[in-house]
Amino acid sequence: MIEWALDGLLVLALLVTAVATLASRDLFRAVVMFIAFGLLMALVWVRLQAPDIALAEAAIGAGLTGVLLLDAARHLGYGRADPCEGQDSDDGQAGPSR
Amino acid sequence: MMRFLGVAIMVAICLAFAGGLALTVWQIAGTPAPVNLPHLLAENLDASGVDHPITAVLLNFRSYDTLLEIGVLVIAGIAGISMAKTTSLEDPDLRTSDSLLYALQRWFVPLMLVLAGYLLWAGSDRPGGAFQAGAVLAASGVMMRLGGIPMDFLRPGMLLRFGLALGFSVFLLVAVASALAGSAFLAYPEAFAKPLILIIEVVLTFSIAMVLLALFVSAPVNRTEEPEEGEAG
Amino acid sequence: MTPSLLYAFAGVALCSIGLFGFVRIRHLLRKLMAFNLIGSGVFLLMVGLAQRGGQPDPVPQALVLTGIVVAIAATALAVVLIRRYYHLSGQTTLAEPRAKRAKPPAPTANREGSPE
Repeated sequence: MIEWALDGLLVLALLVTAVATLASRDLFRAVVMFIAFGLLMALVWVRLQAPDIALAEAAIGAGLTGVLLLDAARHLGYGRADPCEGQDSDDGQAGPSR
Repeated sequence: MMRFLGVAIMVAICLAFAGGLALTVWQIAGTPAPVNLPHLLAENLDASGVDHPITAVLLNFRSYDTLLEIGVLVIAGIAGISMAKTTSLEDPDLRTSDSLLYALQRWFVPLMLVLAGYLLWAGSDRPGGAFQAGAVLAASGVMMRLGGIPMDFLRPGMLLRFGLALGFSVFLLVAVASALAGSAFLAYPEAFAKPLILIIEVVLTFSIAMVLLALFVSAPVNRTEEPEEGEAG
Repeated sequence: MTPSLLYAFAGVALCSIGLFGFVRIRHLLRKLMAFNLIGSGVFLLMVGLAQRGGQPDPVPQALVLTGIVVAIAATALAVVLIRRYYHLSGQTTLAEPRAKRAKPPAPTANREGSPE
């Protein structure tokens, strides 16, 4: 029973972070949510008795992807002296799932 | 109004997609698997040369997939490098003076190198292997890169080409050699299976780390060339 | 119904969430993340469905391991392409540039949590 609760909670957290990744308006926050999603995926692989994938996911999904996307987000999102490229705030498509 | 309609249609499509997929999953789950793969694998594990089933699948039973995978990785690496702004490698802006990162680097990079070695070695009989080791190696390289440590081997040149192609070419060489020796493509001779797998794993680790690191490094650092980007960032 | 099957259904949900994001969101980096969500959903679906009996199955696990490494390589390449595109065009979506330039600047209410 406790295992079912754990699995259910993990799945719920997975889906919440996935939605939050897509729905958050701040690009930085979206990337952080995506990193959290990667870490949760590593936990899920442990629950699925796949320690190999868990290791790879922890190193890749949380570490490498995180650095890569944070670095890219810094260059794309924050380096804004050009106000005309504010595309994800006023069009409303950044938060479609709400 | 039109936007709302578009979102509604998209939501409907996604729900239908999810419903159909879930129904399929449910129906598949109701039918028993035609082949008992874990059982089949456990029976043949002795012939593979390694004791860990996943390594056996990756590098012996389904090594064709792994060969193609490293091929894809090399192509991705080449495509990434061709976008590279190679001058950014010696960009002084990249040298950070963040003391936290320096301290982290001093402690973590040797540790991560040891961890990568351990993971590679562990792959033969417990969770671990070339992919994880390569990822950790690449992560330590990324850390060094963020700290501004110059890594000359990532400049276009012989060393980079060699490192990128090493994994794929050694793997292919083994495959072709076994085909020429009379058995099937990629079928290792049973006596040499273990050392061959070990060699392939080592070169795969280096190549995977090299490709991932090269892809990370070759991301254009567009700061000096684009004035409208400003100094922020 | 086993826990593995639950994860397979979670994979289904992730696929559809990712699909929605991939189609609707225009910012390229977010699109990339949505695409990665789809990928994670597919991986979960594969392993969860193969292990519905309860015991681990190394074959799909090995395939997923390969898939993860290919996915990170593809993601890294996509990031390089997106940054190159941004470098050349100065925008982060694939939209036509004329709408962007004509629009009045909206300096507030945008990335309020920017750390810099």
